[in-house]
Amino acid sequence: MGCMNVVVCVKQIPDPATPGTLSPDTHTLVRDGKLIMDDSDAYGVEMALQLVDAAGGGEVTLVSMAPNGETSGLRTALAMGAAKAILVSDDALAGSGALGTAKVLAAAIKRVEPDLVVAATESTDGYTGTTPVMVAELLGLPSVSFSKKVAIEGGTLKADRQTENGYDSVEVPLPALISVTAGVVEPRYPSFKGIMAAKGKPVEQLTVADLGLEAGQVGAAGSRQEVVSVQPAESRSAGEIVEDEGDAHERIVAFLEQLKVI
Amino acid sequence: MPLNTIWVIVDRASDDIAPISLELLTKARQLGATVEGVTWGDADAVAAKAGAYGATTLHNVGDLAGGLPGPAVAAAIAAKIAAGEGPDALLVPHNYDGRDIAARLAARADVPVITNIVGLEEADGGLVTEHAIFGGTEVLKARFTHSGPGIYVVRTKSFAAEESGGGPATVAALDTPDLGRTAEAKVVDRHVEQSDGPKLDEAAVVVSGGRGLGEAEKYALIQDLAKLLKGAAGASRAIVDAGWVPYSHQVGQTGKTVKPTVYIAAGISGATQHMVGMKNSKNIVAINKDKEAPIFSIADLGIVGDVHKVLPKLIEALQSRG
Ligand SMILES: Cc1cc2nc3c(=O)[nH]c(=O)nc-3n(C[C@H](O)[C@H](O)[C@H](O)COP(=O)(O)OP(=O)(O)OC[C@H]3O[C@@H](n4cnc5c(N)ncnc54)[C@H](O)[C@@H]3O)c2cc1C
Ligand SMILES: Nc1ncnc2c1ncn2[C@@H]1O[C@H](COP(=O)(O)O)[C@@H](O)[C@H]1O
Repeated sequence: MGCMNVVVCVKQIPDPATPGTLSPDTHTLVRDGKLIMDDSDAYGVEMALQLVDAAGGGEVTLVSMAPNGETSGLRTALAMGAAKAILVSDDALAGSGALGTAKVLAAAIKRVEPDLVVAATESTDGYTGTTPVMVAELLGLPSVSFSKKVAIEGGTLKADRQTENGYDSVEVPLPALISVTAGVVEPRYPSFKGIMAAKGKPVEQLTVADLGLEAGQVGAAGSRQEVVSVQPAESRSAGEIVEDEGDAHERIVAFLEQLKVI
Repeated sequence: MPLNTIWVIVDRASDDIAPISLELLTKARQLGATVEGVTWGDADAVAAKAGAYGATTLHNVGDLAGGLPGPAVAAAIAAKIAAGEGPDALLVPHNYDGRDIAARLAARADVPVITNIVGLEEADGGLVTEHAIFGGTEVLKARFTHSGPGIYVVRTKSFAAEESGGGPATVAALDTPDLGRTAEAKVVDRHVEQSDGPKLDEAAVVVSGGRGLGEAEKYALIQDLAKLLKGAAGASRAIVDAGWVPYSHQVGQTGKTVKPTVYIAAGISGATQHMVGMKNSKNIVAINKDKEAPIFSIADLGIVGDVHKVLPKLIEALQSRG
């Protein structure tokens, strides 16, 4: 029986259903309220659970960096079946860029020494799509980003990596890092039993100092970038809206004719 | 910091240069700096074209031995930066390999990165970046505050590509330092999806379908209409994730950016991540049964109706025109 220990990066974000706001002074996204697990990371959690299952042993550890000791999103992932979590929360982390975030995640992941690190290709609120591969570089690991299909055979991970016009079959020996696209697997819904069990699962809370990082490497200062301005975009005015009375296709034909497309 | 030298990642599309890199070379030239490219593989094959778009030198990382470009290209650039021979700014395509290169370089050289750039302008001797946020309803501008080089990751179609008429770029070997384990991911096979008709990101007409089509089989309506209009067929992420159509059809933040003469969205709600990829289309037609759907806020012609009724009639009308 094999054994696979997997770390999944889980970002906890403001509910995307409510419109985001920027703080008036720093122009960074306001993250004060309750945070939830980024939907994009549900795929990573599911992928990890399936890989551990297929290996016949091992466990899934979650790693997250979030303000105010937030754990609600982690509880969702624990309810799906992850064994435990590490949360890095520290006031010094406010305003971190992708690189600062990656330094924190990498330092936390190092404590676990996993066989595999899984992240999403991009987060819903930050969408830089760079944090996971930064983590790989900081840990000295090979990576397969933008994976849309993943399997492990005899210590080698095989992934289909998205390209502009198809995909590449990529192979990488473990330990490694992958980022997975939405749709790579179908995330399970936490069961009632899972939700109850999640309440008792360990969540280790760490600070920047616990990880041996300097405050200047992370947070707003570490990001070494600033917002200059935020302004409404030149808005595209809505045109004509017509209810279809059975002849709307004629309106479209006329529109296309007018544009000389047909 | 003054912009004397700008390096551009010259990404490859089969034997050619990826269009996004031609856009970036053009922009770098307009910023008035010395423009140099960084590429891999057979650099001689693209030196003339890189030169024609403004690169004087093409730094070549060489053969990747089946590895993905990220680790080697990043390590080679990082070594140049460490030796004080790097650029003042690096422009990187916001695509798969581009983001890998930017991420590994940022981590290795401890240089910050700004992603999702849709505009760049010079100000006070530095660069100010432009970003479309909240689905393109607001424009955010940002800049680096440090003195070293910055990594700028730019989305496709942010700039037009124009030739400069320059001669071939001089190819110069760029040494790769020890990569440790980082380059162990190897490409063992490439799969290219064949598609007839124009490419999604080059077509004058794009017809996209979303979850409102109801089922995978109904995507044929989108393909038929696209074909009749000599256009390309696109999709929302919802139906790509559902497995109805391959990812290469996806339009939006994580998919393709399109700017056709006409974009027809059928059964697509208009989520911010979808709109970011198509809102700069010259004309937008939306068909949706919900008159409150956000897509109508940017449509030039909005049809409140059922795609199962409107699309077949539209297809029939176009067919009868011959
Ligand atoms: C990090 C991240 C990245 C993303 N990237 C992308 C991206 O690149 N591209 C993208 O598209 N999305 C992306 N999304 C997903 C996006 O948020 C939406 O979920 C998605 O665009 C919705 O697709 P849809 O409009 O087809 O489906 P829905 O939002 O479900 O909309 C379906 C629409 O069809 C209409 N409809 C239903 N039946 C009919 C009918 N019979 N006739 C007419 N209309 C009908 C409904 O009124 C509704 O408006 C991303 C999300 C995240 C979090
Ligand atoms: N603060 C965070 N905590 C945990 N994981 C994160 C965090 N930020 C980014 N990630 C991971 O990295 C992925 C890409 O993030 P991004 O670079 O913001 O697009 C996310 O989808 C997560 O899997």
